[in-house]
Amino acid sequence: MPAVQETVARVRSIDVDQYKYGFVTEIESDRADKGLSEDTVRFISAKKGEPEWMLEWRLDAYRRWRTMAEPKWARVDYPAIPYEELYYYSAPKGSSGPKTLADVDPELLRTYAKLGIPLQEQEILAGVEQRRVAVDAVFDSVSVATTFKEELGRAGVIFCPISEALRDHPELVRKYLGTVVPATDNFFATLNAAVFSDGSFVYVPKGVRCPMELSTYFRINERNTGQFERTLIIADEGSYVSYLEGCTAPMRDENQLHAAVVELVALDDAEIKYSTVQNWYPGDAEGKGGIYNFVTKRGDCRGRNAKISWTQVETGSAITWKYPSCILRGDNSRGEFYSIAISNGRQQVDSGTKMIHLGKNTSSKIISKGISAGRSQNTYRGLVSAHRKATNARNFTNCDSLLIGDKCGAHTVPYLEAKTSTAVFEHEATTSKISDDQMFYCQQRGLSSEEAVALIVNGFVKDVLQQLPMEFAVEAQKLISISLEGSVG
Amino acid sequence: MNADVRPIRTAAETGLIEAFEAVRAALPGGERGAQLRDDAFATIASRGLPNRRVEEWKYTDLRALMREARPLAGPVTPAELAAAEALLPMADVEALRIVFVNGRLAPSLSQLAGAPSGVAISPLSDALEGDAPHALVLEGAPADNALVALNTAFVADGLMIAVDEGVAASRAIHVANVQTGAAHSSYGRLLVSVGKGASVTLIESHSGDAAGHQTNTLVGLDLADDAKANLVKLQDEGLGTLHLATLAVRLGRKAELNSLALSAGSLAARQQIFLAFKGDKATANVSGAGFAGARRHLDTTLVIDHEGQGCVSRELFKTALDGQARSVFQGKIVVRPGAQKTDGKMMAKALLLSEGAEADAKPELEIFADDVVCGHGATVGAIDDELLFYLKSRGLPQVEAEALLVQAFVGEVIEMIEDEPLRDALTARAERWLRERD
Amino acid sequence: MEPDVKMLLSIKNLHASIEDKPILRGLDLDVKAGEVHAIMGPNGSGKSTLSYVLAGKSDYDVTEGSATLDGADLFAMEPDARAAAGLFLAFQYPLEIPGVATMTFLKTALNAQRRARGEAELPTPQFIKLVREKADGLGISTDMLKRGLNVGFSGGEKKRNEVLQMALLEPKLCVLDETDSGLDIDALKIVAEGVNALRAKDRGFVVITHYQRLLDHIVPDVVHVMAKGRIVRTGGKELAHELEARGYADYVEEAA
Repeated sequence: MPAVQETVARVRSIDVDQYKYGFVTEIESDRADKGLSEDTVRFISAKKGEPEWMLEWRLDAYRRWRTMAEPKWARVDYPAIPYEELYYYSAPKGSSGPKTLADVDPELLRTYAKLGIPLQEQEILAGVEQRRVAVDAVFDSVSVATTFKEELGRAGVIFCPISEALRDHPELVRKYLGTVVPATDNFFATLNAAVFSDGSFVYVPKGVRCPMELSTYFRINERNTGQFERTLIIADEGSYVSYLEGCTAPMRDENQLHAAVVELVALDDAEIKYSTVQNWYPGDAEGKGGIYNFVTKRGDCRGRNAKISWTQVETGSAITWKYPSCILRGDNSRGEFYSIAISNGRQQVDSGTKMIHLGKNTSSKIISKGISAGRSQNTYRGLVSAHRKATNARNFTNCDSLLIGDKCGAHTVPYLEAKTSTAVFEHEATTSKISDDQMFYCQQRGLSSEEAVALIVNGFVKDVLQQLPMEFAVEAQKLISISLEGSVG
Repeated sequence: MNADVRPIRTAAETGLIEAFEAVRAALPGGERGAQLRDDAFATIASRGLPNRRVEEWKYTDLRALMREARPLAGPVTPAELAAAEALLPMADVEALRIVFVNGRLAPSLSQLAGAPSGVAISPLSDALEGDAPHALVLEGAPADNALVALNTAFVADGLMIAVDEGVAASRAIHVANVQTGAAHSSYGRLLVSVGKGASVTLIESHSGDAAGHQTNTLVGLDLADDAKANLVKLQDEGLGTLHLATLAVRLGRKAELNSLALSAGSLAARQQIFLAFKGDKATANVSGAGFAGARRHLDTTLVIDHEGQGCVSRELFKTALDGQARSVFQGKIVVRPGAQKTDGKMMAKALLLSEGAEADAKPELEIFADDVVCGHGATVGAIDDELLFYLKSRGLPQVEAEALLVQAFVGEVIEMIEDEPLRDALTARAERWLRERD
Repeated sequence: MEPDVKMLLSIKNLHASIEDKPILRGLDLDVKAGEVHAIMGPNGSGKSTLSYVLAGKSDYDVTEGSATLDGADLFAMEPDARAAAGLFLAFQYPLEIPGVATMTFLKTALNAQRRARGEAELPTPQFIKLVREKADGLGISTDMLKRGLNVGFSGGEKKRNEVLQMALLEPKLCVLDETDSGLDIDALKIVAEGVNALRAKDRGFVVITHYQRLLDHIVPDVVHVMAKGRIVRTGGKELAHELEARGYADYVEEAA
């Protein structure tokens, strides 16, 4: 898997003092006028050459959004977002749609190479077995390149920018878009429905095991630009797909808004494994700048025996507001949520999951590891509910928090709602610090205090790291060490 | 978006407003007291009763549970007094007994003169006289909490207990509250201060007939440094009653509280507990057991606030539910900045005995200090089939086997009571429920 | 002892306290390379404190005196620097670190020390070979090496793991703090053999123990009796037998 290996090497080699992906790409871009109106929505829809029904869908969302208020229940604190001062569409000039790799602006290729994501379809070296990953690269508001499309096509897998899917597979998009996260779902999801500009679309047909990992790398570049991507993944009966998502943004003094929506649909016997390494710019140590990450991710186990598994490593963003959830509708379906959320500096994380048990014999598992350092606040918020008909629903939840330093906060807010006596829910949570004795033991064996913290923290999060594809796990492990730089005195 | 829009007032809200208007001038407390009552009531008048959109009331919608406001209890008649005596629980428990009937002190049923030495017991109404009614100011509970505000607005009688510094009260004090007669609302307040190094055992009981009363009771407990209190509460209200209760505890340095409540009665109950560690190295064990059948509703909402360093808190709450009963547990451990070496653990377990029963739990940790060991657990589930099978294979019929396992389940809490007659009284109450499942 | 053998550990008039409570009160100790010194003494005499103070545990304050390892001032170094300088403490109660495989821990520790000494990190295949070799001798299975560090290990397994680390890190001075506690006789023999295998002319040992039985297996050159934070008597290995027979009562009174 060259892309990720390269990324790992990059992460290893960089000077770990500060955010590594903070550079800005100088590239001309095409932007919508500042602010948000029906015209903005029409502009975006027109840029994408969308069908009329899609424009109407967006406009409905926009009108609905105008009547909504920002949710205030999360433990995050930030100044009012100037929605009228933002740009809702920005695309590198000349990239009205993705094309062959040969046509991609070399400056963009350099950007992704610098991020450790070379957009090339490297050949498999003779005798060396390597896993490969197909990459969809999203730069500000548009997808700039998607690799391995042809090979995937031979397996019947559709992997393309969602704007392209709207043109080439409108029936599929129309059938599933907004069926997991309705356009009216919540303030940020509704905003996304109105103005989303790109994102990835995946369809894995019946009985197909996707031949490689699929991944999307999101990059926010432009100043004052919101990024609103929308991802839709459909795993048809008996299929399997593993999807990876990575994110970075330049260091800028002002905050930038990222309001994405991800919808997953797993039909009978299908399985989707969705992994995220979120490393948006977190702002500086004093809390200046950074991405506001307000994301709605939800998977629907629509069929029997369907399985959806979310794994997230959250190290970036000034504010993280995200609750990847599973609706366990099909009988015997299963949802999993594995999370590592690290906050340092002035970061604020409010993240968790919802496991909604609707079908019979459904099961879910939640493993959440929160690490707070610096002056950050880190909250796990989760809901597990079993409805009347969800007989034999099972949940196991384990939320552990680790505090590093006495200026940060760690919070756990779980909700358990059992409406059937056959449900069995078990929830446990702990909060502690790294013990002085453990630190001393490691130091006595020659580890510096930072090495000792990194080692102990990596042990703390191991259960979750194990869920990631191996190369991603290595990358995540490095990221964890980097994000905790300076957390011990 | 429309959370701020106040809908039209419910019958209960209108009733409360009318009741307050009618009695406010006659309530004790002087000018200052009237001001405190007005301020308290203003939060109710402006916000209305809390409903499910208010986070703390998400699972217990008071607006829905309290369809109308019962009239305030009138003076107690001799017939009611006689009826109340028959309803007094825990006759076998040795304690100094003070009885309130329909919220009014009943001297004829009470042993007001028998206070152990070093313990001062006085009617709250005395403290409400004069112009500085400190009895209306409650430290340690949020003043804008709806139950606290209602209590402050309406309370006219209650009890004050003060244990002098260094005194180990020689007898337990049992404050019995009985509701009887026509359906009414009543308010009660028990304020206890335990001096430095002093100790006391308190028993609080609530019982009554099935007329559908509304009770609002508030207990304030102040423990000075090195003080110790045991508090056992039996909530055995009539099955039509709405029982609203608040316990506010403040612990000084090295103080110790052991609090245990059995929720056996009422149609719907909300027990709020606000516990604050003000000094260092104090300890609190707070536990509760409850059972409910039919369509009953039991809510325990608890905030453990660690401000002092090196304090230890342990919470264990267990509820068994039958019929279409519902239990709610909301528990929050807060560790403030600087409250290092805090050791806090909380566990909530619900046992669902029937298909229609429902349990909601929200155990929370809110932690701002790093050198802490905190944890919470919550479980919801039915009786273990394997255990049941094992017992049945030994010849126990289903019902008895189930009863035995439920008894063991809530027994873990009740067993923590050291005083044997008291423990037996609560065990007997649990056994009765297992027969009746009401 | 030969006069030209260099002094490895030199402790002069060491005073140390915990939360202002003095534990060590003027302790002197010299250990030459190649020697095994046993420190015996009653509970509360300060034996474990000595090991922690040498290793640099932050709960203890050194209020007076000095300690040098190979001439370098121990108290001027952080715990990890002391380890890199060649000080190894075998803990009485080895710590558990969930999620960190024993193998990972060994590798991290070895490479950290090599880096600190300006040596190249050991390539993984060589490292694994080295660990397997040392582990075999101590009866440590591959499975144990994969498990979380000391997590779920029995008392004997934890102590063997300590000896494995000692063998791997090749320290100059090994301090064994009550290594025999909680071990049955078979486990004790395995641990003692492991330690004996490490005896070398350029390495010193300080073996802290309450009982003589460990010293049947790790035979000391010098035996010290410690009481009330000081060395109160020094002798040959026969002193250990004497203590076993007569107990510590005399020394407790003497030092008081």
